[in-house]
Parts: sequence; structure tokens; C-alpha cells
Amino acid sequence: MLSRLRRIDKPLAGVTVALLVYGLAALYSAGQTDVPTIAATIWQKQLVWIAVGLTALVLVSRVSPRLVEWATPYVYGGILLLLLVTLVVGTGAGTAAGSRSWLAIGGLRVGQPAELAKLAVILMLARWLAARREAPVTLREVLPPGLIVGVPFALVLLQPDLGSAVVFIAILFAMLFWAGTKPSLLVLVASPAIGLILAFSTVAWGIWIAVLCGLLVWWRPYVWEGLAVMAANVAMGIIALPFWKALAPYQQSRLLTFLNPEVDPRKTGWHIIQSKVAIGSGGFLGKGFTHGPQKRLAFLPAQHTDFIFPVVGEELGFVGVLVALALFAALILILLRIARRAPDPYSSLCVFGVAGMLFTHIIENVGMTVKLLPITGIPLPFFSYGGSFLLACSLAVGIALRVAWESRRSGYSES
Amino acid sequence: MNPYHPHLLDRRLGVARGILWVTMGVLAAAFFRAQILEHGKYQLQSETNRLRPIPLPAPRGVILDRNGRVLAENVPGYTVSLLPAEEVTLRRTLGRIAPIVRLDSAGIDRVLTRYRRVPYLPALVLADAPFDMVSALEERRLLFPGLLIQPEPKRYYPDSSLAAHLIGYVGEVTETERAQRRLAPVRLGGLVGKDGLERQYDDSLRGGDGVRFVEVSALGHVVREAGAAPTLKPVPGTPLHTALDLDLQRYIGQIFPAGQRGAVVALNPNTGEVLALYSAPAFNPNAFVGGVNPEYWRRLNESETHPLLNRAIQARYPPGSTWKLAVAAMALKRGVVTFRSRMPIPCRGGLAYGNRYFRCWEPGGHGSLTLSEAIAQSCDVYFYQLGLKLGLTSLLEDANQWGLHARTGIDLPGETVPEFPSGTEYFDRVYGPRRWTTAVTLNLAIGQGENAQTLVDMVRLYQMLASDGRSRSPYVVHPAGTGETGVDMNLTAAQLAGLRQAMINVVQQGTGRSAGRVGAMSIAGKTGSAQNPHGPAHGWFIGFAPADKPEIVVGAIVEHAEHGSGVAPLVARVIARYLGADTTVARTIRLALPTDTAPHARDILPGAPADTASVRDTAPLDTVPPESTRAVTPPPHR
Repeated sequence: MLSRLRRIDKPLAGVTVALLVYGLAALYSAGQTDVPTIAATIWQKQLVWIAVGLTALVLVSRVSPRLVEWATPYVYGGILLLLLVTLVVGTGAGTAAGSRSWLAIGGLRVGQPAELAKLAVILMLARWLAARREAPVTLREVLPPGLIVGVPFALVLLQPDLGSAVVFIAILFAMLFWAGTKPSLLVLVASPAIGLILAFSTVAWGIWIAVLCGLLVWWRPYVWEGLAVMAANVAMGIIALPFWKALAPYQQSRLLTFLNPEVDPRKTGWHIIQSKVAIGSGGFLGKGFTHGPQKRLAFLPAQHTDFIFPVVGEELGFVGVLVALALFAALILILLRIARRAPDPYSSLCVFGVAGMLFTHIIENVGMTVKLLPITGIPLPFFSYGGSFLLACSLAVGIALRVAWESRRSGYSES
Repeated sequence: MNPYHPHLLDRRLGVARGILWVTMGVLAAAFFRAQILEHGKYQLQSETNRLRPIPLPAPRGVILDRNGRVLAENVPGYTVSLLPAEEVTLRRTLGRIAPIVRLDSAGIDRVLTRYRRVPYLPALVLADAPFDMVSALEERRLLFPGLLIQPEPKRYYPDSSLAAHLIGYVGEVTETERAQRRLAPVRLGGLVGKDGLERQYDDSLRGGDGVRFVEVSALGHVVREAGAAPTLKPVPGTPLHTALDLDLQRYIGQIFPAGQRGAVVALNPNTGEVLALYSAPAFNPNAFVGGVNPEYWRRLNESETHPLLNRAIQARYPPGSTWKLAVAAMALKRGVVTFRSRMPIPCRGGLAYGNRYFRCWEPGGHGSLTLSEAIAQSCDVYFYQLGLKLGLTSLLEDANQWGLHARTGIDLPGETVPEFPSGTEYFDRVYGPRRWTTAVTLNLAIGQGENAQTLVDMVRLYQMLASDGRSRSPYVVHPAGTGETGVDMNLTAAQLAGLRQAMINVVQQGTGRSAGRVGAMSIAGKTGSAQNPHGPAHGWFIGFAPADKPEIVVGAIVEHAEHGSGVAPLVARVIARYLGADTTVARTIRLALPTDTAPHARDILPGAPADTASVRDTAPLDTVPPESTRAVTPPPHR
């Protein structure tokens, strides 16, 4: 046992423990308010979840990647089933009370399957891409991985949970990239989404179509593929408006608020304004641990989940923010290193997918608190309160630990 | 080619690391900008988020009488207000709070109106909440976001309506008042003096409001009452020491005939100190504290008796026979007569002048009288002739010079100017040139005609007679300068002594016998009756004592008291009380005397051509000029 402990990847374990401790401290502080909130004792619950997560982490790190690879389709299938069940019997919670993202047993909410689905998608994608041994070069070859991601993506989007759905897309692109797909193909795959976004301005959309024509001529894909890409982009321009109308009002207002938070400072804009005020008033050294007035007086919304990072910014200041960002950067860099040294493509893809998922969560969550990105309620790894996501992160780190151990055992050395 | 070849992986690893560094760099830059570069801006926003300014009203200065007894003080009270929030939230909270504070929908609208005027300060719901209401609210505190219950000094007048007109009352400052320079520093919703001393000395009584900050949560609940930010302490108002004798004022309140309207003014003739100033009916100034009940305010304003009117300084009455002393003094000063002079025509109950017959109040006539006797008997016929002898011009000139057509300058707001012709051009203006004759002199000489004085003006005239012949502006609060004297009557000491002796005779044997002698001390004074179209004549009595060296001069008017002799005991008792003599003697004296006011002049030849304007009596003046009541500004409804 001790020898096994000595052989684990110490940097990854160290950064993970550091983030868990930092996150728990932030969560404890988030509960210290002058106004009674449900967040008061939530750090104790999180402590239980951390115990659960660490147990899962140890268990997964004891499992061979081969076994994981073998089990992947069953895990994936099971998760899809869970998502379907959630869609039927799911309940809402917290800020998104109208959605159905929680799975409840006997009225007790046990978890959000979407968080675990992210991990399942990573495993499934890794399995498919590793089995091919070659990078997809045509749009047709991108279709199967697109489906692997697309099905859970659609199920999550129907909940609706836009934030998590975006993470699936990010995972797809990250893993396609790591599997060696050419950037030009990635751009073509992404082009309908870009077209959709730009369709809100006719001029921008027109320019994009022209640029796309140029790119197609330059990159010379198959003719029918090029036509399909063009058709998809044009279609996006046409359905943009119906699509906008299909968005839930809270999603629309979130997007609009991102563009101009002062539109409705009391309602939708409240989150982002209060978040920025909390962060900005923190200054260089912050107001002191547990002493942030914005948090204490409940000006900061969802301070224990989506907006936990402003608590760090307000109470520990710029220094605290830099420490957190450095820890996150270190985590991602370590995961990249493990992915690079993995003994087989499946392990490598898994770890890179995990890195991509965590990266997306970190960038999106931290970015929205300083108004760099629109508000999508996705949690900050190791900080935000939430059992399912903590479990998913622990499992992901467990897999990475095992992969690191495997690569060291197979005699990988720096070269 | 194997896409997982180490070189290819290294290349992709480089790209991935590059993306990571760039995005982390962007995030760090964004936080640097928010936390370092724009820290000040967000710090300010954070403070305004959580701190709400609460004005701390300064306790008003207490008002004390000459012996340090309290006329107006402050007692602890509670105000209920709501911290500023969005109007919808306020309205909702008000709806929930309404049953407890007994607020109807009109009241809710009033609160919201006040909130809209100053959206950054707490909106006052209830200015003076009783204790049980405060505890009921405290119990349900969590239900009412932004509820603020603040102990605030509350104005209290221990003697209630006793000196209401003199002390005045306080009320919330109005928009129009704040437009004045004087009241510009008062915050909206602040209290200012509305009448009497409270208004006159508002600047020093008011003090300066302080401010404190409370910390509120996002829901608007007050989280921390103290210590959130430094508090600016209120500066209490300065105490006001008045010359008033509360004991005397209370005594007047006791003995003033119940249900009657009128006023009493007591001065120290040698200084001008106002010892007492009483007006009846009065109002309850405590009812104005914390916002007057609209119903009470309406009753005060619509009442026939005009309780808000200060009858001592704001109401004008024809002076009647009390005026005769003025005419006698003028004649003596100008050397027209001496105390022993007799008039050519003895009193046979009237005097024919021009086309009219001017009657004496005593139909039987007084016979031939000296000036002293004429004053004592208040003989109209004597004074008709004295007026003619003095001449209209001299009479008008002296009366104007002695300030009988000007405010006394008493330090109370709203003093009325007496009505009196400023010169003969007055008659030209009113009747037209040459459409009047010197017959007007006859009326003016006995205190009728175009003459209506305030009580305080007449009391000052007697103050001059009771002192060294110089006027002293009456004051409630000792002015900063040394007691300089005003106009001088230019009477010799002998003349003054003679006039006083004549007034002693009034009391001892003349029309004012009901005043009587009080103990060993003699009271001097003069009665008067003022005819008015509303009913029986108003009774005057102005007296002073001790007659040889006066220490107090007291004037009283009682509306519809028939005549001055009925008022004389009132004044006598006040004087006796002040000088420490036995008042029971004065109380027992009750004399019914005929009126000493001349009946209207009668035409000698009925149907004779109209010399009308000249000889007809000007209609007796309304004692209560409607405009003086309207001049009182209503306080804003709370």
C-alpha cells in the first residue's frame, strides 16, 4: 500500500488536494453570512461528498484502463438511460427551478446525471477514436463521434441545461484535436455554429459565408462535403430566428444580459453586476477570509455554487485569485503531461478529454464572474458545491492517476 | 501515419499549452483590471450597496420660563420608517405593515409621496409610534424588509394648550418653506417651528441633524445597526430662556372665563419683558407633534372661534375707551389742557356736532368735569370736545408717532399692524377729498371710528404711561442688545403722575371699580368696550400696579364681554397674583356697570341732505379679520 502510494503522480495528487482544500475553505466562507442562507452548513455536506469522491478516486485508480475501456460502452449506455429517465422524472433546483436536471429518488435529490455523462462521453469518444488508430480526415468520419456526443448533448439540452451542453461540444473538439484531426476540418465542423451565432447580424453572416467559400476553395474538401457545409451554414442563417425564439426566456435574457448587464440591473443583470462588484471591491489583498460584505449581506447570488469564485475574489483579493488560477493551470498542465506520456491512445485521449472538460468548466465559470463570458450555470471544479460534479471530477482525476502510474510502470522516461 | 507519434503529440501539446496560457492570461488580466485598476469604483459600489444613511434628528432646544421651568421639552419617541427600496417593494411592505400601524390606503399613498421626494432617505411611515405598536413591529421584524424603528426626540409641551400661541408648535418642513434661504439647510422631512417662539427662534432651537449608517442585506433587511460607518452626531438645539412667568401664565389659564374668547398680555413696563401672553380659545400643540391629524387640523381651521388665531397680537379690536388715555396724553403733551381743564360744554348726555348728535354712554350726563374726572368717568362728551380742541392732524400725528399704527415688534411671528389712519389723506382716499369733515375726530377721540388696535399695541401704550413715558418693545426672549427704549411720549413726570392718578380713580370710583383695591396696593387702569357687529361689545381692561411705581402692566380683552368693567377683575387678579397680594379680594368684587362706549351718533334732522360720509360712523371693524386666519399655513399632512 505504501509503495503504491509512493509511486502515484505526486504533482497531480498534490494539486488536487490543494484545490480540494482551497475549494472547501471558499465553500465554508460562502456559508458565513449575516443573512441566514441554506449555504451555512453546506461545507459539511461537501465534506461528505469529498469523502465519497476520494473513495471513488481510489477505487478507479485501482482499475486497469483496459477494464475501463471494456466497460465504456456499458457505462455510456447506462448514462444515456439515466439522462432519458431524468428527462422524464427529473426535477429542477436552485436558480434553474424550471429545468429537469436532477434525478430524485423518493423526493430526495441524488444527483445530476449530466455531470457524470460528461465523463461517460469522454470515455466513449476515447474508445472510438483510439480504436480507429487514424485521425478523422473527412466530415463523414467525424459523424460517429458527433453522434456519440450529440445524443447526450441533445438530452441535456432538452433538460434544458445550456451550460453543460456547451461542455459536451468542447469535449468533442478537444478530443478530435488530440486525436490528430486537422484544424481545417475542425473549423468546417464548427462552421454551422459560427454561422448560427453570426446570423443575428445579416452583414456579419454575409461576410462569414464569403470567408467560408474562400476556406472551402483553399482546403479543398470533397465536393459534397463542401456543399453540405455551405448548406448547413445557410440553413443556420435561416433558422437562427426560430432558434432564438425556441430558447427559454431565461436563456435569452442571460445572453442579452451578457451583452449589456445594465439592461435589467435588478433581475438578470443582478448576478453579473454583484459578482463584479464583489470581485472589484476585493482589491489586491481582499477583505479577509469570511469577511466579504457583498457575500455576507447576500448581495452575491448563488455564492456557494456558480458564483463561488467572487467569494474568493472579494475575500482574498487579486492574490487569492492568482493562486486559484495558478492551481487550475497547474492541474491542466499536469493532465496534459500525463496525456502526452500515456502508454496507449485510449488512456491518452481519456486524460486529454478530462483536461478539456475541466478547462472548459474553469474558463466558463471564472470568465462569467468577470463578465468575459455569458452566464451559464456550470460549476467550478473542486469549489462549487455539488456532489455529482465533484464525483465526476474525482473519477476523472482517479483515471488520470492510474494512467500516470501505468506510463511510469511501462518505463516511460523523458526523451 | 500514427497520429499518436510522440512528435505529433508534442506539437499538439504545444498548441494546447499555448491555448491554456493565453486563456489564463486573459482571465488574470480581467481580474487585474477589476480588482486593481477599477478597485475604487467597485469599492464605492459595494459601499452604496450595503450602507444606507439614516438622519439622526437633533433634539430641539428646550424652552424655559424666567425661573427655568419647562415650557417645551423633548421626550423619547419612536419613529417607524422604511429604508429606501424599489417602489413596488415599498408598497408591498407597506401593505403588510398597514394593519399594525393602522394606515389606510390614503396613508400609504402619503408615505409613497414622501418617499418619492427623497428616494435616498428612509420613508417615514409613522412619526410618533406608541410603544405597543413598536413592540408589535419588532416581533414581526423579519416580515418587513427595511423596517427601521428609531428612537427620536419628540417635542412635548407639558402645559399643552396653556401657552400654545406663544410657544407655537413644530411640523415637517414644506417645499415652499425650504425654498426660503433660512430653511434651506433643513433636510426634507425635518421638523421646523411653525408658529410662536418655535418659529421665531427656530434657527437656534433647531440644532443640526446628524447621520448614521446602517448596513443592509440584499433583501433590504437591516443587518447591522451600528458600527458600519462613522456616525455624525447631531448637534442639539440651544435652550431658549424666555422672560415668561409660567406661574402667571397658568394662573391666567385658570381664571380666564371658560368658553370665552379673548387674550391677556402682561408686560414688565420698565423693560418690555412679556410676563404672560394668553389667547383663548387655544389648541393643543402636542397634537401637531408627529404630524397633525387631518381631522383635528380641519376642525381647528373651520371652527368659528379660530383657535389658531393669537388674539393678543393677530386680532384687531376697536380700542374703545382705553384709547381716551392716549388722547388725554396727547392733549397734555401739546399743552392743550391741564388736569383741571373743563370743557366749554358740560355733559348732558350728548353733543351736537354738525348735523349729528353724538351721545355719551351715560344718557343722564356727567355734568362739568375736569380731565381727571373725565378719565375716571370715561365721559364721551368731554373727549369729543378734547379731540376737537386737539385737532385731527395732531391726533393722527401723535398716534402714528407713538407707534399706534405699527407693530410693537414683539418677537413672535405674525403680528398684525393696527388699523389707524396714517394721516388726513387716509380720509381723502376713503371718502374722497372734501367729502368728509372733522366730525371724524369725534369718533377717533373716543377710540371708535377708523381705529382697531391689537391688544399688545394697547398694552404697550399703557406700558409707556406706566413707566417713564418711553416705549419698550415687548419681548419674550431678551434681545442681544441692551434694552434700548423706543419713542418718548414727551410727558413730564407730573403729567404722567396725574394720568396714573386718574387711572387709579377709574379703578377706585370710576368705571373700573370692579378691579378695586387689592390689599394695600392700588391698581390703575382703564376699561373699554369695543362695539362690533357680531354681538355684545368686547370688553377691554388695561391696568398696572403698584400705581405709584408700576411693576406690571396687564391688558385683557374678552370678546362679547359687554363692557370693560367685567374684564377688570380678571386683570386685577392677575396683577395681584404677580405682586403676591391676596387675589381673593379681587375675586369677590363683582360690579355691573353700564357700558362706557358711546352709542352711535344720531342724525339731528332726519332726512337731512347727505353729509353722510363725514358724519356717519364707520362700521365697527370686524374683530377677526378673515385674512389673518388664512395667513396660517397648514402643516403638511403626514
